[in-house]
Amino acid sequence: MSSKNISDKPVAVIGAGSFGSSIANILAEKSEVLLYSRDSDTIQKIASTREHRGHVLHKNITPTGDLIYIANSCDVIFPIVPSSAFRSMIQQLSPYLNPYHILIHGTKGLDLQLPENKTLQECTYLSRENIKTMSEVIREETVVVRVGCLAGPNLAGEMADGQPAATVVASRFDEVVQIGQKLLRTDRFQVYGNADLIGIELAGVLKNIIAIASGALSGLGLGDNALGLLVSRGLVEMIYLGKALGGNIEAFIGLAGIGDLVTTCSSTLSRNYTVGYRLAQGEKLPQILESMEEVAEGVNTIQIVKKCLNHYKVRAPITEMLYEVLFEDLTAEKALQYLMKYPYNVDIDFL
Amino acid sequence: MAEKQKKKKYKPILPGTQDWPVVRLSKNRKQFIEQVINNSTERILEENKGREDLREVIESTVYLEKLRIKQNPWKVDPPDEIRFWNNIRNELLDLNNSGNSGQKEKEILRKIVSRYANEIAGNFKKSRYKMAREIIKFGFARLLNATRVKRFGAFFRNEYTLRDKIQITGKTGQLRKLARIGTVVMVPTHFSNLDSILIGWIIHSLGLPAFIYGAGLNLFNIKILAYFMNSLGAYKVDRRKKNPIYLETLKVYSKLAIEEGAHSLFFPGGTRSRSGRIESSLKLGLLGTAMEAQRSLYENSKPGDARKIFIVPVTINYHFVLEAPSLINEFLKREGQEKYYVENDEYDSSYKMIKFLIKFFTKGSDISVSIGQGLDMLGNYVDKKGRSIDQHGRFINTEEYFMTSRTISGDAQREMEYTRQLSEIIIREYHRINCVFTSHLVAFVAFRMLKEKYSRMDLYDLLRLPEEDIVIPYEEFRKKMEEIRDHVFELKKEGRVNTSKYLHDPIDEVIKFGLKNVGMYHSKRPLLQNKAGDIITQDLNTLYYYHNRMHGYELEKYF
Repeated sequence: MSSKNISDKPVAVIGAGSFGSSIANILAEKSEVLLYSRDSDTIQKIASTREHRGHVLHKNITPTGDLIYIANSCDVIFPIVPSSAFRSMIQQLSPYLNPYHILIHGTKGLDLQLPENKTLQECTYLSRENIKTMSEVIREETVVVRVGCLAGPNLAGEMADGQPAATVVASRFDEVVQIGQKLLRTDRFQVYGNADLIGIELAGVLKNIIAIASGALSGLGLGDNALGLLVSRGLVEMIYLGKALGGNIEAFIGLAGIGDLVTTCSSTLSRNYTVGYRLAQGEKLPQILESMEEVAEGVNTIQIVKKCLNHYKVRAPITEMLYEVLFEDLTAEKALQYLMKYPYNVDIDFL
Repeated sequence: MAEKQKKKKYKPILPGTQDWPVVRLSKNRKQFIEQVINNSTERILEENKGREDLREVIESTVYLEKLRIKQNPWKVDPPDEIRFWNNIRNELLDLNNSGNSGQKEKEILRKIVSRYANEIAGNFKKSRYKMAREIIKFGFARLLNATRVKRFGAFFRNEYTLRDKIQITGKTGQLRKLARIGTVVMVPTHFSNLDSILIGWIIHSLGLPAFIYGAGLNLFNIKILAYFMNSLGAYKVDRRKKNPIYLETLKVYSKLAIEEGAHSLFFPGGTRSRSGRIESSLKLGLLGTAMEAQRSLYENSKPGDARKIFIVPVTINYHFVLEAPSLINEFLKREGQEKYYVENDEYDSSYKMIKFLIKFFTKGSDISVSIGQGLDMLGNYVDKKGRSIDQHGRFINTEEYFMTSRTISGDAQREMEYTRQLSEIIIREYHRINCVFTSHLVAFVAFRMLKEKYSRMDLYDLLRLPEEDIVIPYEEFRKKMEEIRDHVFELKKEGRVNTSKYLHDPIDEVIKFGLKNVGMYHSKRPLLQNKAGDIITQDLNTLYYYHNRMHGYELEKYF
């Protein structure tokens, strides 16, 4: 397992969204990178302009639309596509994957498998059987066992500017964490390891809910006291949900949990934040989503998690209120009033 | 169809016993043990590099061993134990101030390892194997015929054989093929001390060469078991010895034997299930040695040439487990701690064992053994040719799981994680191939109905209810039985469990048969019918035990 071997081979990033592109840029400092896009225009554009989604792409990056080529020439692949497209992308890639491949994904969303003949609206309950993290999708659809994920406060915009940042590589396999560190680590990018893959995935997923709430607070013109309240209560809520869905508390108090939460809640750069902000300003969800270039995972997550609450009987007032604001026309002000009156007020009861 | 399968005779897959891996191993016993000693010593030295570390490991081993000798001596323990460990301690003390480089300590370590390796090593002898086999066959056949055919002279008839008593179902053909092309590691569930003998007999009657297996040293306390187990290729595992030197030696023994191609048998649950539940977590130690052996085989062979190791899960399904009362008491004691006190009445002598066997084989309690589909070390199913198949039906090369950058590499943490994943798959397979008997179903339904009726009580309060007061009206019971049986059939359709053919009989028959069989030889029966035909119990603890067999299918939610 020498580092030489790793850098000898190209690594691949699947998904040329803004996060995928910035990860590709970091990887490219040490390795040849194949950047996959399913859209041939995008490939053309990257190849000719070397620019994409506001990133100037590193010279070591080669855009491609060829999954077979990627599987054959890379041992390590980073799938970074929206959760709604994740399973179908993995299904396309699966036939070319072999047990020696290592997959480290960077998607902070959930996969939904509905019971037969039912729509999401028709299901009142969703349990862990219906929702999968991205690593579980990979395990279900492919022969790849050595799976990991990336999570942490990684705003694509700041990363593109070369500002210092850090990420977590989580995997049950030490070797995956080590390879991830070796490939990603630069002077401006610190990489931490964690063995609780599911916990870290859930931290990344659930934080998006709180990010929307944070945007809403700001949209209502509230200040930093409210933000502090939200971050701490949001974390408690994430921990409850995370435990119900199979993660450990520890994952949530690290970089991928509280670290990411603070970043997303205080930054106007985040997509989820933007959704919340515009909602509070009185816009409706469909028009917001229509005008956004990329997916805000939090919207989908709230929808799924709300139905899990019904099943696991977990207390999660922020998620419930956001659900009503997003999908049931409750105003952000009303939701806030409700939360402030919420009777349960023990600070910490999960440790 | 079932009849036909029952009577099927299997030819031995290898013509002569001299080709058996275990025979080859026993022929080279001395060299093999030497290799075990060398590898184990190397490994322990690897983990304890400095002289001080090494001294510490040896010292703590001496301490633990002396403690064990004092607190928990067994009949099988050799008489020179105390002397041996005192000598080691003295030698170590003498070296204390000498300025040697640790060479002497290494020699002491080797002495300990060598003692362990010789103790662990099985002593397989072809002649004794054949003899033991014949005794089992002859003895049981006589018993069966004498009691089942109630005529004078029936003792020497051959109308009934063990094959009538014990049904073997599942992937027997595949198992035979896999044993020819690779090395089989059989992993059965463990409910009774009878399991070892039973599996030994099954291996033989499937025409397979003898397997080696790690049998608890405590079983060697019982002379009659010791005889059979020595003959059937057992090596000894002493669960009292938890020191790192012993554990390492044991693992190396197992790993090298598998690597040499000896088919092996582990009870991965470690000990018999105390609760009566199918294993829900497995001991990873010995399973891990198979993982290591597989990687080592890949490392040392040309690509595509390596002998493959196959995991074959097996469940043994009983109506009746002799030890049930003491097992469940132990379980309740352990779980409930001060809440529960009981006397221990484990059977521990040859006399009791023989008495049990006679009882067992003379009365009509059938056993079924389900052989699961073979798995590779990553838990992928393999086909009859031993090729691993992924979830989409594509062939995969197991070797590639052990690769980094497309070359084979050893990685202890990776292999540990693979072993853990494999153990989860084995547990899933147990539940899948587990055969639901009528007796399991009546016990489950009856206990769950009681639990529901007394839902305010916790388990321990429930179990302390006076048995005389408990009556379940037959009609209610019958209704619930039908309902739960339907759910079991649904599970079966989804491939998540298997069922006995008797489960399909009319429901009154199912209940009758189940009641008759559940824990049938216990002096206090778990379930009976009173004169009015309603369901009563004489022993809630064993009822709980037999009910537990159906734990893990989430059927509780229907109550």
